[in-house]
Amino acid sequence: MKHLIFSIAMIVVLLTGCSPASPVTPTAPLPVLATLLPTDLPPAAPVPPSGEPRSLTVMTHDSFAASEGVIREFEKANNVKITFLKSGDAGAALSKAILSKDAPLADVFYGVDNTFLSRAVDAGIFEPYGSPMLANIPAEFNLDLKNRAVPIDYADVCINYSQAFFSKNSLAVPTSLDDLLRPEYNGMLVVQNPATSSPGLAFLLATIQKYGDPGYLDYWKALKANGLVVVDGWETAYYTNFSGSSGAGPQPMVVSYSTSPAAEVVFATTQLDNSPTASITSPGTCFRQIEFVGILTGTKNRDLAEKFVDFMLDVPFQEDMPLNMFVYPVNNQASLPEVFTKFAAPATQPAGVPDTLSSLRDTWIEAWTQAVLR
Amino acid sequence: MKNLRRILPWLASFIFLGVFFFLPLARILALGVGVFSPTFGAQFIPRVLRVLGFTFYQAALSTLLTLVLGLPVSYLFARFEFPAKTFFRALTAIPFMLPTVVVAAGFTALLGPRGWVNLALMSVLNLEHPPLVFVGTLGAILVAHVFYNATIIIRVVGNAWAAMDVRLGDAARSLRATPLQTLWHVTLPLLRPSIFAASLLVFLFDFTSYGVILLLGGPKYATLEVEIYIQALQMLNLPAASFLSIIQLLCTLIFSAIYSRYIARVTIPLKPRSPWLNLEKPRTVGQRLFVIGLPVFLILFFALPLLALPVRSVVQLEAGRAQQAEIRPALTLDYYRELFTNRRGALFYVPPFEAARNSLAYAALTVFLSLALGFPAASALAHPGQLEKWIDPFLMLPLGASAVTLGLGYILTFNRPFFGLPGSLLTSPWLVPLAHTTIALPFVIRNLQTALAVIPEHYREAAAVLGASRWQTWKNIDWPIISRAVVSAGAFAFTVSLGEFGAATLLSRPEYPTLPTAIYRFLSQPGGLNYGQAMAMATILMLVCGLGILLIEKMRLPGTGEF
Repeated sequence: MKHLIFSIAMIVVLLTGCSPASPVTPTAPLPVLATLLPTDLPPAAPVPPSGEPRSLTVMTHDSFAASEGVIREFEKANNVKITFLKSGDAGAALSKAILSKDAPLADVFYGVDNTFLSRAVDAGIFEPYGSPMLANIPAEFNLDLKNRAVPIDYADVCINYSQAFFSKNSLAVPTSLDDLLRPEYNGMLVVQNPATSSPGLAFLLATIQKYGDPGYLDYWKALKANGLVVVDGWETAYYTNFSGSSGAGPQPMVVSYSTSPAAEVVFATTQLDNSPTASITSPGTCFRQIEFVGILTGTKNRDLAEKFVDFMLDVPFQEDMPLNMFVYPVNNQASLPEVFTKFAAPATQPAGVPDTLSSLRDTWIEAWTQAVLR
Repeated sequence: MKNLRRILPWLASFIFLGVFFFLPLARILALGVGVFSPTFGAQFIPRVLRVLGFTFYQAALSTLLTLVLGLPVSYLFARFEFPAKTFFRALTAIPFMLPTVVVAAGFTALLGPRGWVNLALMSVLNLEHPPLVFVGTLGAILVAHVFYNATIIIRVVGNAWAAMDVRLGDAARSLRATPLQTLWHVTLPLLRPSIFAASLLVFLFDFTSYGVILLLGGPKYATLEVEIYIQALQMLNLPAASFLSIIQLLCTLIFSAIYSRYIARVTIPLKPRSPWLNLEKPRTVGQRLFVIGLPVFLILFFALPLLALPVRSVVQLEAGRAQQAEIRPALTLDYYRELFTNRRGALFYVPPFEAARNSLAYAALTVFLSLALGFPAASALAHPGQLEKWIDPFLMLPLGASAVTLGLGYILTFNRPFFGLPGSLLTSPWLVPLAHTTIALPFVIRNLQTALAVIPEHYREAAAVLGASRWQTWKNIDWPIISRAVVSAGAFAFTVSLGEFGAATLLSRPEYPTLPTAIYRFLSQPGGLNYGQAMAMATILMLVCGLGILLIEKMRLPGTGEF
């Protein structure tokens, strides 16, 4: 018995000693960054407010990433402590925000994309905020004219291909959706199920834009006849089926982002002078995903939330995003990292969100399921 | 007063589940009640029936196959001594706690279109296309389910078998029963409660399966849980999702109710014997073959897909240059080295030790909570009165609840101050182990309950006659008999927490990253380094799991050896 009591006591000691019970201590920024960044950036405009830092909560999806130095700079300038509430993938995070709108869990929500935008806005989770920074943002990104959601970044969902495969087999790279139906590309494309994957849905929308409803169904039936492979999500498609990245799978073409080739270089095991993959960005083959931020209805920190939205639209954060999330900044003053200009190209004439999306999303996906999977 | 004393033991569990399971569930399900209209029904019902049919079919088939593998292995562990037994026990338990992404990656590396098996077959038989189609088939779903859940049968049935007096079989044989007759008329009837308990758990897990179906079965197959996920998080159609959840819960309740009715009739109080006295060394040729052959099969079935991960975490497959189509595998430790560096000053960088520590802290808390709550409840339910018989099936419900639904219910329920607690529980890291406990508790209760139910009441009466206090009776009679079940229950709770089942994915907190969240983070970005790091992190998770299980098994609980 003594042993048991001892072990229970040990567990209790361990637990109270380590993580969940101990108070939140933010990890110190890396020494290099801490010394470099403040001198790099313009000095914080007014005298920073003193006293206890206030707190601001930002709800976002799991893919959100940023450099610590950039965030700490905002915190210092505004005497604020930011808590990021990561809440699952984009759909899960939005569900969470909508469900908790009567007693919002955060002040700001970042990461609703143009395919979900109308749901978020109709649910009334956002307060309008016409940020002065919007002056630097091209009007094409500003989809909500009442400024309830403010665009932050965009990324193009495009077909990626393995450079090695096409050059080794002296095969021409397809340049249009029609090309994909040609027999020489039989069995070479893997896509994601639009019911379970957001790039999957984005690519479906690109085909709907191109062929119309119900023309897109015929296109997909023809794709299926040409050996199309469908998997549940991006991870499986990219790492298991696609042959261009580390998975070395059977399909040399995959639906991914036009920035993925740049990520392949950044996250290569050995230094690369060219990306193993490239994307097809010709007109009408891609879909442009735009991500938005909004101030959550009922926030008690409206002033700080506004400052945070301005900060996200400002150059330092906009220039930090590309290498953290592999997206393009919407602010035209922000310059792109070299790896983007060299290895990634934005799509030409990408598809956008059709007006009927919110009412027809379910119908389209169900019709697609019947045509392609059953 | 007498009633209160009867109620008290399971009251704590019931209140806990009430607050952390039934309340959030009710909040979210209420959204689905108003939705049912004739037009909605006409559209939705055929789809639901199709999905329900497949859900049943694959769950029943998976459970059956899990029994086919699990029962011989239980027998092996219960009756024979052989080298590296603890290792084999741990080996069968590790899959249970691995995230599905990782298991799917392991199977794909082994059996996928460019897996080792297909590559070998292609080069040996000189084929142009991979001959073996595994990923995207019903077979893949079934194999993965057996791989995941065999440990439940092995543990629950194995423990019962180990404690069953081997002399009962000897007696039957001396009465000239054939081995088959002995098995059919003596062994199986005595094992029935544990076989049913384990099968129910396995069935419920297969019934609510989600990740395996999506990743290994592919988009052609959909279970109820997959549909719930799609409706809730992709279509944002919460009423439809909660309607589907209600159906799933009703099914769970029906299975559990049937089980509870049945189990009360078939449990036979048994004179237990120390498991150590029942062990033997293999003697006959048949026994030797069994004791050698089965572990070899276990290595093939469990170790190969698992090994695919550590191997992949030290092998670089990336083509060096874009123009080179040939892939030359090279050994590397870069992925591990990279785990420990925050190259670009990322805000959400996760140091591996911190992730392991957080995972372990959550797991320890879950083990403690679920044993503390489950023990009294199991004691009460082992000898149920009328009331307990009604309560019993409800305690199993958390296993059949949709993880997504429960997670969304937590959001509705805990996003505001609760019972006067400061702040909202939803933003507290404590909610994670609490959510893990709701899932682990049914396991723990079932595991302990089957062990407690077989203790003959007259043992306790004899002790009482001899003047033993309640505490002495418990310490000297109950504890030695059930201590193995306690270890096993603790191990379950540990694995449930470490594998982050269910609702936890919606509740994770970035300040306290765990190993599974770190794995998902790497897998969601392109690039060879990210994939390699995900495999390295998964290998670390596997090691932590394996060591944890070995430690729990090794814990020499007082009394275990003395009976």
